[in-house]
Amino acid sequence: MSDSTSLSPVLAVAGVAYAYGARRALDAVSFEVQKGQCAFLLGPNGAGKTTLFSLITRLYDAPEGRIEIAGFDLRRRSSKALARLGVVFQQPTLDLDLTVMQNLRYHAALHGLGGREAGVRIEAELSRQAMYERRFEPVRQLNGGHRRRVEIARALLHRPELLLLDEPTVGLDVPSRLAIVDYVHQLCEEGRIAVLWATHLIDEIRDHDQLVMLHRGRIRASGSVAEVLAGAGAADVGAAFHLYTEAKT
Amino acid sequence: MRTMHAWRAMSGIVLRELYRFVRQRERFFSALVRPLVWLFIFAAGFRSTLGVAITPPYETYIAYEVYITPGLLGMIQLFNGMQSSLSMVYDREMGSMKTLLVSPLPRWFLLTSKLMGGVMVSLLQCYVFLGVAWLYDVQAPWAGYLLVLPALILSGMMLGALGLLLSSFIEQLENFAGVMNFVIFPMFFLSTALYPLWKLQESSPLLTILARYNPFSQAVELVRFALYGQFNLPACVYTSVALAVFLGVAIIGYNPSRGMMQKKGSRL
Repeated sequence: MSDSTSLSPVLAVAGVAYAYGARRALDAVSFEVQKGQCAFLLGPNGAGKTTLFSLITRLYDAPEGRIEIAGFDLRRRSSKALARLGVVFQQPTLDLDLTVMQNLRYHAALHGLGGREAGVRIEAELSRQAMYERRFEPVRQLNGGHRRRVEIARALLHRPELLLLDEPTVGLDVPSRLAIVDYVHQLCEEGRIAVLWATHLIDEIRDHDQLVMLHRGRIRASGSVAEVLAGAGAADVGAAFHLYTEAKT
Repeated sequence: MRTMHAWRAMSGIVLRELYRFVRQRERFFSALVRPLVWLFIFAAGFRSTLGVAITPPYETYIAYEVYITPGLLGMIQLFNGMQSSLSMVYDREMGSMKTLLVSPLPRWFLLTSKLMGGVMVSLLQCYVFLGVAWLYDVQAPWAGYLLVLPALILSGMMLGALGLLLSSFIEQLENFAGVMNFVIFPMFFLSTALYPLWKLQESSPLLTILARYNPFSQAVELVRFALYGQFNLPACVYTSVALAVFLGVAIIGYNPSRGMMQKKGSRL
């Protein structure tokens, strides 16, 4: 994004296009996210957000364009790139039949973490989410907010450089939402990580965040909140979103 | 891919399958009850009408229960393979499959590890079944219980790979009933699990050919011979080739650039 172009981006999306048959879901999508930035991906339903996330997580490949994570080409060096990526999907992806600990150990194993190291990191991440005391409970017994906290702990367990969040606060109560929004912003402010966050909830965005506005598969605007507002001549993000996407917020 | 990373990941995937299996007790009991019903009821009912002549690897006349025990081991593995397939489709619909697919390991390795997890679960089921059958006086030589292990691993992998392959084609859980009708039942009944080929030959030469080339028949014969301390080379080769084909096509099916993953799109 504009204010840090001299740095190597943690996420670089360049000219990415994707189609489901004849329907073009993404067209020439390009943007970057730097370390320490919290970038919000805004767009109405059907804008192409989930498709974009599926491509960045390499659930399937982009036939056109290039995606790099921490400098690694996602297609050619997918293992290196994916090792630097943490994801919280829109749909909960924890295994309900397993305990919190078993879910996290499974994730740690997939990232090659040894038993002792995994144990230390699990304790640290769960403690940050105030979930360590509940580590032996089956996930099925947790409420939605607690499950999301575990998912965030899991996404950070292997210390990724890029965190992808696909509408992680949908369906949560206000305190749970605020806790997640605060925590993720804190991670960015500490400069530990770059975040790409897809959301419909504009009140989760803060003044120093970055915005990527996606509509009908194309980027309509991107940059800091101030830049996007200035470009749109809008007073707030809601008005800018309305202008760029012709959608009510 | 580093060796230690690969080992930890495979262990993690296998452990997860075992944890899930232990937690789903109903699955364990239903997996065990199904072949036991066949052994205790079906075999008892048919033993007088379905006499089995001396046929390799048996060296004498055997009770029908003895004949169908390897077939029932195959049944356990066939159903377990399909259960894995169902669980893959469920995981994909529920989203938990994504956790596996976005991990930094090659897709072929992840699928093979998942397959190994399913095989471990099926081995547990098979040995518990063999234990119950032993109590029921269906006993193989002691060495057979050890020698059958590699055969069960190979047959379990082949049937699990078939499940993986099917899961790459099935887009919704609702479509899974078709697998029962078009895969499990034909494979099981058109095989040597319940009757030897020569018995089938008396009824229909065409069915005999189909049964002979049914990969499930070959897996059952591999297990049958191993349980009696003999190695069936043709069955081993046939089962290995079937494993390679099923797994290869499944890996293509889950390839992010080429397979059915592309078609499934955002539903993944």
